[in-house]
Amino acid sequence: MKTPSELRYTEDHEWLRPEGKSGRIGITDFAQDQLGDVVFVELPEVGRAVKKGEAFGVVESVKSVSDVFAPITGKVVSVNQGLVDTPELVNQDPYGQGWIVELEIADDAEVQALLDAQAYAALQEGGH
Amino acid sequence: MGKRTPLYEEHLALGGRMVDFGGWDMPVQYPAGILAEHEAVRQRAGLFDVSHMGEIDLHGERALLFADELVTNDCQKLEENQVLYSPMCYEHGGVVDDLLVYRLEPGHVLLVVNAANTEKDVAWVMEQRQKHFPDVLAEDISGRTAEVALQGPKAQEILQSLTSHDLNKIAFFWVQPDIEVAGRKALWVSRTGYTGEDGFEIYLRPEDAAHVWREILRVGEPYGILPCGLGARDSLRFEACLPLYGQEMDQDHTPLQSGLKYWVRLEKEHFNGIEVLKEEQESGGPKRRLVGFKLAERGIARHGYPILSPAGEEIGDVTSGMLSPTLGEAIGLGFVPAEYAQVGTRIAVSVRGRAIPAEVIKRPFYRRSGK
Repeated sequence: MKTPSELRYTEDHEWLRPEGKSGRIGITDFAQDQLGDVVFVELPEVGRAVKKGEAFGVVESVKSVSDVFAPITGKVVSVNQGLVDTPELVNQDPYGQGWIVELEIADDAEVQALLDAQAYAALQEGGH
Repeated sequence: MGKRTPLYEEHLALGGRMVDFGGWDMPVQYPAGILAEHEAVRQRAGLFDVSHMGEIDLHGERALLFADELVTNDCQKLEENQVLYSPMCYEHGGVVDDLLVYRLEPGHVLLVVNAANTEKDVAWVMEQRQKHFPDVLAEDISGRTAEVALQGPKAQEILQSLTSHDLNKIAFFWVQPDIEVAGRKALWVSRTGYTGEDGFEIYLRPEDAAHVWREILRVGEPYGILPCGLGARDSLRFEACLPLYGQEMDQDHTPLQSGLKYWVRLEKEHFNGIEVLKEEQESGGPKRRLVGFKLAERGIARHGYPILSPAGEEIGDVTSGMLSPTLGEAIGLGFVPAEYAQVGTRIAVSVRGRAIPAEVIKRPFYRRSGK
């Protein structure tokens, strides 16, 4: 499973790519592999304010439904409309074209508190 | 650790993702994924391990009569080596399980039941035998019976290359005992399945299962066969509207409510539950009915989601639902009051608190062509 070193991660298997004042968010390679074929992604509305840990999106595979939790507090500045017709991008390119939302970062300290790639990879090896 | 079928090691070797299913460690999918496995069965062929299914042998002069008393369908019409599908009811009309009844040689009947229900079914059959048919021998042979299902439009061609028996002679819902498959003697080969496609279910001795499994995958490779897990088994049976026990049918619903009237022969002299079912039928039919529906907006109706009237009142619940891989539509099955059961009726499904409009549509959702 890939865990790019430039990203930050949560224990719930989301990733965040900080870029200036905002960051894109998606689910990890491990998460997409566990879910299997993704067939539907429910996206939040642009402009919605979310709190760290809040469920603000849903990824559905053939068999299961999984919430996407906000890794940090912030405001939704854009969503990946490409997933509406091509949800399988989450499987095919989880860290790239399969991104789900972009959040405006409210507090940099929250970003710093997220897991780095090494810690997230260790978590997976721990059997999560 | 759950129970393992004789094919457990094969699943691991193929990269199967193992999950618990009714106490069994079974593959939910292989690396190709559920959608690819589903498509393989619709277009070409797929191979399933269904060794976890339960098999109950009935022996004795009155074996067929006993089976006929247990199930709602008419076993007495069966010829030797013919198979039927049927619900099996309690006296109160609720469903114990659904099963296949195989009429084999004289005095021998085989019941094939759901894995998750095997223990309960065996107890039920034993109890009924003791009460009403003590002269019939009933034996749970699940532990010494492996089973694989080869399904899809290419199933016959693939299996034919492994047997000298002319498979054209096994018609839909017929069985042939003792034919050789890949050099091993299969106990029974029937043209049956749970996918909505043509195909065969092959019953084997446990020690022969791995060899036959590998041989089918080997000769099936040029045809594009895939090993398939429980995920594809569920999506395939769902599109064909083949009911799943615990979802479309259970002890709290009669088979008439579950839309299985075709397999309920009320003209029979007797079977367990007939009084209740007759009364339900004669008093205007079931008050609650299983329907198929299609969502009018994006979303997926999942098992357990509430079904609503257009006014937003809760009227039922979803038993199965998914984005149909073959049709590309968000469809589902669920129980509603009879007044909402007509095709074309508008209902709604509550998906995470949002009412998504839906319409009752015809079942099955998928029917293979040329059938």
